[in-house]
Amino acid sequence: MDNFLIDYTLHLADTSLILAQRNAEWCGLGPVLEQDIAITNISLDLLGQARNYYQYAATIIGGTATEDSLAYHRTEREFKNLLLAEQPNGDWAQTILRQYLFSQFQYLQLQQLQQSHNQQLAAIAAKAIKEVSYHLRWSSEWVIRLGDGTTESNQRMQNAISVLWPFTGEFFIPANYEKEFITVETLQTPWLQNVDAIFTEATLPIPATTFMQQGGKQGLHTEAMGYILAELQYLQRTYPGAEW
Amino acid sequence: MQNGNTMNNTTPHITNTAEQTIWNILANIEDPEIPVLTITDLGIVRNVQITADATTIFITPTYSGCPATDMIATNIKMALLAAGYKNIILTTILSPAWTTDWMTATGKQKLKDYGIAAPNKQFIIPADGVQCPHCNSHHTKLISEFGSTACKALYQCQQCKEPFDYFKCH
Repeated sequence: MDNFLIDYTLHLADTSLILAQRNAEWCGLGPVLEQDIAITNISLDLLGQARNYYQYAATIIGGTATEDSLAYHRTEREFKNLLLAEQPNGDWAQTILRQYLFSQFQYLQLQQLQQSHNQQLAAIAAKAIKEVSYHLRWSSEWVIRLGDGTTESNQRMQNAISVLWPFTGEFFIPANYEKEFITVETLQTPWLQNVDAIFTEATLPIPATTFMQQGGKQGLHTEAMGYILAELQYLQRTYPGAEW
Repeated sequence: MQNGNTMNNTTPHITNTAEQTIWNILANIEDPEIPVLTITDLGIVRNVQITADATTIFITPTYSGCPATDMIATNIKMALLAAGYKNIILTTILSPAWTTDWMTATGKQKLKDYGIAAPNKQFIIPADGVQCPHCNSHHTKLISEFGSTACKALYQCQQCKEPFDYFKCH
């Protein structure tokens, strides 16, 4: 069994699943109907990507593992998602910025992963990148709209930046299991250039170097994570194997 | 698929009548989200393989998270069981990724008749101006790149004022 491949596939799956779960919390609560639909569409795309990764991981793990057991029966320390994905929705500005910072990274990540020597990961990436190009365009437009909007929307974006920026550093610090599939270090420069271009248009400042949080890839999470799993896994924990 | 026949990439090679019979059955299965389209109109059936002990259908999902995919798989199984086939295997292929280029011309016409603007290469990125499926005006406005399903964007016609969906290029 290839443990690095399993861990890396789970890292990709977990990040998509947790961000899908967060975005889905907006269902019925979006600021206007079209944007409620947009954020839940993005959630659905991410959930679909997570399923593709979990299904693949389950076939490598074998035995009784399924996409459901991997999503519903693992504990917090076993989840390897990026810390950014689990951060609370906050206001619309914070949700937008979280999506933008991630989509900008995910797009570059999938671009590289499409060329992976692992054919299944490459296939999932080639499929997902089409969807992510939409997420990236939508969230970029919103960052610009809010940043270059009113005094209040600009202030809210700045608040969101100060909350979320410390969670972007770990994108580019490779985990042991990650190295043979992707060189995340090389994505930092293009990521920063792209973010800089959007922030400039949005009249938002790029923060000076700050302390960066890390640990998500190793299963060390922020306080928010346990609450997400409590909700996400409740039904399958209480009624294992429940179907409808 | 790399045989130079780029125009009809939607129809994988059919080698015998047994396979043709199955394709005919599949051509009657509707897409659960857009019931005017069949799954062969959409181009998501990639191949049919018949062996002594199994019939395998290869399908490719439209969007990663399309909830219709599971239902389509079930419907294929049901239709083939009803036609007397046994041991039906559904296999998902992700590569090459599905594209709206695989949608048939008939499928695109059916969409328009149903009130959904068909995917159009001039609007790979949705923008104002997609032709209104109701009054054919190009004086239309993009409302949102995300619509009622993953594959559609929301528009409003500025001419006849009707709202409509655009099936996005993918």
